[in-house]
Amino acid sequence: MSKVGIIGVGQSTFVRSYPGSIRELAFEAYSDAMRDAQITNDLVDATVICSSPEYDKQRSPAGVVAEYLGLNPQPTFYVETLCSSSSTGLKLAYSLVKSGLHSCVMVLGFQIMSQLTSAESQERMGRGADIQWESPFGTMMPAYYALHAQAHMAKYGTTSEDLALIRIKSGTYGQLNERAVFRKEVTPEMFADKDGFGGPVSSPLRVGDCCANADGSSCIIVASEEKAKALCKKPVWILGIGSASAPVNMAGRDQFSGLLVGIEAGKQAYKMAGITSKHIDVAEVHDCFTIAEMMAIENLGFAEPGGGPELVRAKETYKEGKIPVNVDGGLLSKGHPIGATGCSQVRTIVLQLRGEAGAIQVKDPTIGLVHNIGGVGLYGNVTILGRE
Amino acid sequence: MAKKEIDRRFNKFGTVSFMGVSKTNDFIDYLEQGKVMGTRCKACGKAFFPPRSDCFHSLTSEMEWFEVTGTGTLLTFSTLRYAPVGFEGDLPYTIAVVDYGDYKVFGRIDKAIASPDEELKVGMSMKVVAGKTANGQDIYFFQKA
Repeated sequence: MSKVGIIGVGQSTFVRSYPGSIRELAFEAYSDAMRDAQITNDLVDATVICSSPEYDKQRSPAGVVAEYLGLNPQPTFYVETLCSSSSTGLKLAYSLVKSGLHSCVMVLGFQIMSQLTSAESQERMGRGADIQWESPFGTMMPAYYALHAQAHMAKYGTTSEDLALIRIKSGTYGQLNERAVFRKEVTPEMFADKDGFGGPVSSPLRVGDCCANADGSSCIIVASEEKAKALCKKPVWILGIGSASAPVNMAGRDQFSGLLVGIEAGKQAYKMAGITSKHIDVAEVHDCFTIAEMMAIENLGFAEPGGGPELVRAKETYKEGKIPVNVDGGLLSKGHPIGATGCSQVRTIVLQLRGEAGAIQVKDPTIGLVHNIGGVGLYGNVTILGRE
Repeated sequence: MAKKEIDRRFNKFGTVSFMGVSKTNDFIDYLEQGKVMGTRCKACGKAFFPPRSDCFHSLTSEMEWFEVTGTGTLLTFSTLRYAPVGFEGDLPYTIAVVDYGDYKVFGRIDKAIASPDEELKVGMSMKVVAGKTANGQDIYFFQKA
C-alpha cells in the first residue's frame, strides 16, 4: 500500500485582529508552507480550502483564495465542518492522493473572526448547532461545553481547579510559541479575579476556561509516497485518519462526560495505524475549552474515563510527561481561528516529528496525534502521523 | 385564487427564532394549549424529541403526536452569564438536558428557580411545562418535580 506524506507546513501568526483580507491572510500560511516544502506552485495539482462561513462576507472562498495564490487552473474544493474544517480538508486531500487522482494537494484553512463582536460570533457559533430546537433558547459554544463540564464534575468529581490546571499549562507553552495570540503566563491567582479569568461565563466554566477568538491561517502540503520521497528530506506520513459525526441536538446524545465523535474517530485512526494510545509520543487535542481537553485525554485513551484529572494534576500532559498534550499552547493560548485550527495542529505535530519544534520540542517523538472537533462534538477527526 | 399563506408559526418559538417554516409547526399550537409534544413513528413506534415529521428508521412520514408527561432525570445544566446577540435581556438563564428514558429534552430551567447553580443537582427529578418568554414568545421550561 502506498503512503501519503506531508511535505510542507505553514501558519500565519494568530492575532486578535488581522489587518488584511482573507486572501492576504491565506497567503501568509501558503507562502510559509511552500518555502518549507521548497516546491514551486506548478507541482500542486489540486487545492482544498477550508473555513466556516458567515464570519466574513465572501461566499465560496475557495476560488478567490486559489486564484490569489496562483493556483489556477488546478481544481479547488471548499470544505466546511465548523472548527474541524481543515482536518476534514486534510482527509479529503489524503483521499485525492491515495486514489491517484492527484499527486500533490495543498490544504489551507483560514478564518477572520475579528470583524464580528464576541456576542455576534457566539450567535453564529450557536447556529452551528440545532437552529430550530436549541438556538431559540439562547445557546452558545461555552454553554454547550459547560453542560459537559457539569456532567464530568457530577460523574467524576472533577473540579474547577482541575480545569484551571489545563489553562495554566497552555499558558506555559503559549509564551514559547511566537505564533500564538495569547503569550502570557497563566497563574492560579488569575482565576481568583472575578473581572478577569475568574469571571463567570456559563457555569461551571469561567473566562479562563475559554479560548479566545483569533484571526489566522494554516497550510499543509501532502504528496504521494513517490513524490514525497523525491521532494522532501523529512516527509511525515499519514498513518491513520478517523472521522465521525454525532447528533446535533443535545437531546440526541447518550453522554455528556465525553464526546462520542472523539472516541469513534480515535478508534478508527488507531485501527488504521495499527497502534494504540500507548504508542503516541505527542498529541494536539481540541481544547476550545479546558473541559474539551479533559474529555479528549480520556476519549483518546491517554487516561481511563474519569482518569483525566489525575493525569492533569500529575503534570503528565506537560512536555516532559507521559503524554505531552498541546505543548504549542493549544487553542486556549495559541488561539482558535476556527477554519485554520486543524492544519495548525497538524503543523505542530509535523514540526515535532521532524525535531524542528524549537523551545516546545518533545524528546525524540516518532508518532503524533491530532484531534480536531467541529461544533459541540458534531464532527470529529483524529489523524495519526509518523516519521516512518 | 387567493395566494396561499405561508405557515410561519415556528417564528413564535423561543426568545429569538431563527426559522418559521417546518412540518412540525403544530408543536407551537400544542405549546399554546399548555402541552409539550413529541412525535412517534406509527410504523416502528420510535419516539422523537424534539419532534420530527419523518422517521429515518421506517422511511415513513406517518407520525403521531404524544405529550411529554411525567418526570425525567436532570442529566446536566449550565447557567449563562453571557449571551449571544438577541438574548442579553434574558440573562442570567439556565439551560438543561432532562432524560425521559425513551427520549431526552433540551430546554431552559424555569426562572422561578432563583439560584439554579445552588438548587439544582445532576440526577434530580424534573418536569417540563409550557410557558412564555419575557418577550411573549412560546417556550417550555423545566421545573423541579
